[in-house]
Amino acid sequence: MHIHPYERLWIRLSVIMLIVFGIAIALSSLTFGIEIPGATRRAVATGLPVDATPEQSWIRELGPGRYEVNMIARMWGFDPNEIRIPKGSTVTFYLHSQDVLHGIKIRGTTVSMMVIPGQVGRATYTFDEPGEYIFLCHEYCGLGHHVMSGKIIVEG
Amino acid sequence: MAVTGGYQLQRGDKRLILAYIFIALAHLAVGILLGFMQGMQHAGIDLYKYTFLAHYYQGLSIHGVYNALVFTTFFIAGFLHFAMTYSLKRPMHSTKLSWFTFWLMTAGLIMVDWALLTNRASVLYTSYAPLQAHPAYYIGLVLVVVGTLLLLANCLLTYLGWRRDHPGQKTPLPAFGVLATLIMWGMASVGIAVQFIFLLIPWSLGLTDGVDPLVSRTLFWFTGHPLVYFWLLPVYISWYFMLPKQAGGKLFSEPLARLAFLLFIPLSLPVGFHHQFLDPGVSTGYKAVHAFITFGVFMPSMLTAFTVLASIESGGRARGGKGRLAWIKSLPWNDPSFTAQVLAMLLFALGGISGLVNASFTVNLVVHNTMFVPGHFHLTVGTATAMTFMAVAYWLVPYLAKRKLWGRRVALVQSALWFIGMAIMSRGMSWAGLMGVPRRTALGSAPYVLPEWLTAFNWMAVGGAVLTISGLLFFVVLIMTVLRGQRAEDIEVPLAEPLQEETIPWYLDRFRPWVIGAAVLVLMAYGPAIAQLVSISNPASPGFMPY
Ligand code: HEM
Ligand SMILES: [Cu+2]
Ligand SMILES: [Cu+2]
Repeated sequence: MHIHPYERLWIRLSVIMLIVFGIAIALSSLTFGIEIPGATRRAVATGLPVDATPEQSWIRELGPGRYEVNMIARMWGFDPNEIRIPKGSTVTFYLHSQDVLHGIKIRGTTVSMMVIPGQVGRATYTFDEPGEYIFLCHEYCGLGHHVMSGKIIVEG
Repeated sequence: MAVTGGYQLQRGDKRLILAYIFIALAHLAVGILLGFMQGMQHAGIDLYKYTFLAHYYQGLSIHGVYNALVFTTFFIAGFLHFAMTYSLKRPMHSTKLSWFTFWLMTAGLIMVDWALLTNRASVLYTSYAPLQAHPAYYIGLVLVVVGTLLLLANCLLTYLGWRRDHPGQKTPLPAFGVLATLIMWGMASVGIAVQFIFLLIPWSLGLTDGVDPLVSRTLFWFTGHPLVYFWLLPVYISWYFMLPKQAGGKLFSEPLARLAFLLFIPLSLPVGFHHQFLDPGVSTGYKAVHAFITFGVFMPSMLTAFTVLASIESGGRARGGKGRLAWIKSLPWNDPSFTAQVLAMLLFALGGISGLVNASFTVNLVVHNTMFVPGHFHLTVGTATAMTFMAVAYWLVPYLAKRKLWGRRVALVQSALWFIGMAIMSRGMSWAGLMGVPRRTALGSAPYVLPEWLTAFNWMAVGGAVLTISGLLFFVVLIMTVLRGQRAEDIEVPLAEPLQEETIPWYLDRFRPWVIGAAVLVLMAYGPAIAQLVSISNPASPGFMPY
C-alpha cells in the first residue's frame, strides 16, 4: 500500500496533536478541581445527606463559610431562587428535578450540569468574589424555559 | 477502476431519486425560514405572532427536525440510491423494495409533519423524555428510520449480486462509501430503535406509566452521535470520489480514502457519552473513555483533510497551475458546485476545531448547552453537509431532469452568501456561548439577558438574514433549472479515478472485520455503563406536555 511521505508526516503530526490534547485534558480534570458530575444517584445515595431528596428544598450552614443547598428545579423556577451567603463561602449544591429535564448554569462559576428526574446532581464552588451570580436553566423544559432563573448574592 | 461513464440510470430510479430530493428540499425551505425567525427573535423582533406557530419552541422543534433529520435523511436516501446504482452500473436488487421504502418513509414523515405543525410535538428534535409528544410523532420517526434500514438491506443485496458477477474485483469507490455509511448507520440505529419502540411509543400511548429519563437519553445519544456521521459520510462520498473530478484531478490516495470510511464504523459508535458529560448518574470513568474515543474519531477527518486537498491540488496542476500555491488560481472557480464544496470545507475546518472544544471533557463544562453548540453544528451539518448537498444538487438535479443548470452566476453568489452568512452567524453564536448564553432559549423574552450579549445577538440575526437570502437564491436556481433550463441529454456525472492504480489489502475492501471490531468496542465502552443504568433504573416519570 502506497502512502505519500507528506501524508505519512501529516498523520504522525495529527496523532501527536491528539495525544497532547488528551494529556492536557487528563491533567486539567485532575488538577484544577473541576468537578464533572458522576454517578451520584438517589437509589445509591452514597455520601449524600439523607435529606437531599427532591421533596423539600433547604439551605444549611455546616460551619463558618460552609454551606449546603438542596435545590429543586421544576417548571419554571428554582427553589430556592435567591441565596445569600458571605464572601468566601464554599457551597455544595444538590440538584433535583420534580418534572422534566432541566439544567443549571451559575454565571461566572464552573457550576454547570443537567438536572435529571431520578438523579441527584452535585457540585461545589467557593464564591471568593462578592456580587450577584445569576443562575439559569440551560435545557429546554417547556414554554417557560426562558424565564427559569435565580440568583446568589455574595455579600462582601 | 474503470470510469463508470455511459451508464444511464433507469427512468424509475431517476424519478425515485428526484422524489427524495424534492421532499428533502421542501422541508429545508421551511427549516430555513424558521431559522431566520429564530435569529430575529434573539434580536428582539418577534415574527411568530404573524404565523400559525404557537411559540418559539414549536418553531425550533420544526427547525431542528426538518433541517437536521428530514432534509438530511431524505437527501441522503436519494443520493446514496444514486451513488449505489450509478457506480455499480446496475439497478437496485429490488425495485419494489425501493418504492416501498420511499412510501414508508413518506408516510412516517406525514405523521411527523402533522404532529409538529399542530404543536403536538414541540419537544425539540432530541425528544428528551419526560417531555412527551403525540404518538404519531414517535411512530412517524420510527418509520423513517426503518426506511433507512430497508435501504441498507437493498444496497447490501445489490452489492452481493455485483460481487457474484465480478469475482476478484474491488468494490467501486462510491458504492464502497455508500455501504460504509449505511452499515455504520444500521449499527447506530439500535439505540433509538430500542428507545422509541420499547420506551417512548408505549409510554405515549398510555400503555406504560413511566420511563427513566436517563436511560431514554442514553439510548438517544447512542444513536445521536453516529447520526452526525450519517450526515457527514455522504458528504465525504462527494468530496473524495466526485469533487476531485470536478476540480479536473484525481483521487490522491485510494487506500487512505477507504481507510477513512472504514474507521468511522468502529469509532463513531462508542462516543455518545460526550453529549452527557454533565449528566449526573453516568459514571465519570465511562465519560472519560468516550471522551478519548471521540478524539480518535477525529483521525479519519484529518486523513480526509489531507487526501481531499491533495486531490484538489492534482486538479489545479492538471489544469496547468504551477507554483507552491499559484495552482489555486487554476481551479474551476466558475463552477458553483466545485466552489460551494471548497467553501464548505473551509468552514468545516472551524467546525471540527469547535467540535474538539465541545468534546474536551473539562472545557465542555464552559460551553455545554450554550449557544457555542449551535455555533459548532451550523458549521458542520449546517454548512459542510447542507452546502455540499446543495452543491451536489447543482449537478444531480440537472442530470436527473435532463436540463442544464440555470443561472450559474446566481448559484455562485448563493454559495458565497451561505459562506459569509454562516461565518457571521456562527461567530455570533460561538461568542455568545462563551459569554454563557444558553441555547434552545427564546432569548428575546428572557429576563436575564445582559447588555453585553446584544452585539453577539445582532451578529446572529444579520448572519441569519444573509443565509436566508442565500437559501432563497438556491431554490430560485433549482426551480428555474427544472422549469426553464436548457434541455440537455448529456449532463456529466463527476466520478473521480484514483491517481494510482494499485492493489489494496483485502481488509480495505471488506466490512466484516470492521463491523465485528465495532461491536466489540461498543460492548466495552457502553455495555457495563448501560447495564448499570438499567439495573437501577427508575421508570417513574410520567409524560409532560408543557407547550
Ligand atoms: C437560514 C439558515 C439558518 C438559520 C438562520 C439558523 C438559525 C438557527 C438558530 C438561531 C438556532 C438556535 C436556536 C436556539 O438554540 O434557541 C438554530 C438551531 C438549530 N439549527 Fe439552524 N439555522 C439555519 C440553518 C440550519 C441548517 C441548514 C441546519 C441543518 C442542516 C440547521 C440545524 C439546526 C439545528 C439542529 C438546531 C438545534 C435545534 C435544537 O436545539 O433543538 N440550521 N438555528
Ligand atoms: Cu429549562
Ligand atoms: Cu456527538
